[in-house]
Amino acid sequence: MENAIEIHGLTKKFGNFTAVDNISFTVRTGEIFGFLGANGAGKTTAMRILCGLSIPTAGGGTVAGFDIVREPEKIKKHIGYMSQKFSLYPDLKVWENIRLFGGIYGLSGKEISDKTAAILSRLGMEDVRDAFVASLPLGWKQKLSFSIAMIHDPRIVFLDEPTGGVDPETRRRFWELIYEATSGGVTVFVTTHYMDEAEYCDRVSVMVDGRIEALDSPDALKRRYGVNDMDAVFRVLAGRAVREE
Amino acid sequence: MKEFLAFVRKEFQHILRDKRTMLIVLILPVVQMILFGFAVRTEIENARVDIVGDLSDPEVRKIVDRIDNNRYLEVAEVLPSPNCITSRFEKNKADVAVCFGMDFGTHLRKEGRGSVKIIGDGSDPNSAQMIVNYVMGVLRSEQTEISSSLSGQDAVQTAPSVQLMYNPAMKSAYNFVPGVMGLIMMVICSMMTSVSIVREKESGTMELLLVSPVKPLWIIVSKVLPYLFVSTVNFATILLLSRYVMGVPMRGSLLLLSVVAVLFVFTSLSLGLLISVVASTQKSALLLSGMGLMMPTVLLSGIIFPCENMPGILQCLSHLIPAKWFIIMVKKIMIQGAGFPYIIKEFCILAGMTAFLLTLSVKKFRIRL
Repeated sequence: MENAIEIHGLTKKFGNFTAVDNISFTVRTGEIFGFLGANGAGKTTAMRILCGLSIPTAGGGTVAGFDIVREPEKIKKHIGYMSQKFSLYPDLKVWENIRLFGGIYGLSGKEISDKTAAILSRLGMEDVRDAFVASLPLGWKQKLSFSIAMIHDPRIVFLDEPTGGVDPETRRRFWELIYEATSGGVTVFVTTHYMDEAEYCDRVSVMVDGRIEALDSPDALKRRYGVNDMDAVFRVLAGRAVREE
Repeated sequence: MKEFLAFVRKEFQHILRDKRTMLIVLILPVVQMILFGFAVRTEIENARVDIVGDLSDPEVRKIVDRIDNNRYLEVAEVLPSPNCITSRFEKNKADVAVCFGMDFGTHLRKEGRGSVKIIGDGSDPNSAQMIVNYVMGVLRSEQTEISSSLSGQDAVQTAPSVQLMYNPAMKSAYNFVPGVMGLIMMVICSMMTSVSIVREKESGTMELLLVSPVKPLWIIVSKVLPYLFVSTVNFATILLLSRYVMGVPMRGSLLLLSVVAVLFVFTSLSLGLLISVVASTQKSALLLSGMGLMMPTVLLSGIIFPCENMPGILQCLSHLIPAKWFIIMVKKIMIQGAGFPYIIKEFCILAGMTAFLLTLSVKKFRIRL
């Protein structure tokens, strides 16, 4: 089976500043790929390119089988996206948010009502169907946000620091959702600051100063650097950074 | 298309749910109209006029009688010399003084012109200007009468303009209705649009929309649609109020006025888009549209201060204010009943501005996305 993401020599410059410096990597279909790096290491820029929001200065590759430079519109149809900031509409009700994004991705009225029922029952949120999203606890919003990012059955879902600001227990339950999604064959591309989450990934890459310093499974990385957890791996690698945030 | 409709529905839900803003937006025009219409009355009543001159001269007496008979003016005192005027003003006994030259009547009959000096109390420049205008109106109608006895043709042609300018009871409404219309449309379209776009940038939902397959242009169009709708409601409110409460006539074609209004709405919308590209927080968007658009519009578009009275450099600046051209057109259509040929210059200027702003903002919007 082909790779979900293949990137070669990707570079993005803003004037003299090289945000992403000649990175190459592949993400296999169905894996959970952790994309780590300190603030300002270039993660967000790289992710924006992969989502078709930004055009690389040099290099290229494919996402979901489509060229990131020439076919960003096709990519957009086949990816889901959930960003670090909570990103549903607080003044719309739960079901209206679901309907909106169903509509945006071109689902039919029937598909939308089926999806709405499925999402609400999976999350156990039938009771708050008519509640405004603003009134939900953060953990619920994140789970809803994730389900909505998956509403059009994308091949790859990009999660940009999806669990910021919630307790470990809520985070763990969020990851159960992610595992459930991958068992259905979806590829997950996730950035995070929580190293316990990095342990959940099949493979992780660590970005430092725009370059990928390390890429392997968490266990292999721990062995290579002779440490016990991902936290220590990250500190060894991020300590090499020259540029400031 | 279905994707687009999903967007439009969402935008309408946003503004309909935000009841407070909605209320403000719908009531704003009414309050503004009533404020300008009744509280900020710019017309003058019973201005006190001092006279300096020879009252035994029949021409002078005729003019003084006219001033006294005028609804808005009354003769306060006849002063022996112009030197007394200052102290009368200081004691607030008079608002304006009219000084007739020596042998006024003789000059007027022989040469067709007599020398008159009107001295206003400049400590309140706006009303001084207004009172001086009234007095000049009285003097001029006197002159028109003289010239009309010489040649009837000329007088007939100048008559309507004299009547319009010196119909003081109507004057402030004539001036502020187009002004308020311009201001409201500007506020609703530019401020509300920019804030609603920047809000999505701030909350992070914009990213979500951008990674969706929906084209940026459609995102913009759906953002703009509800405000187009709201400004239509406002336009109708202002028109109804001005017609039935303020008694401002609607002499020209309603269709033409609506076309002009739609053009101006587009100008304001593109300004709003431009602001939303520059601003990254709702606060800065509000500040930018408040200080950057509202203030210049209020000050320079001729709503309060006539552009003709501004210093040269400000007059040049006022040409850059889109609302100015809109207001000129509205005045011409509503009050003068002018057809399209008479507003073609202003229309082209505004259309040009709109095209420029729209291209610029859509282009900038794309780049930023």
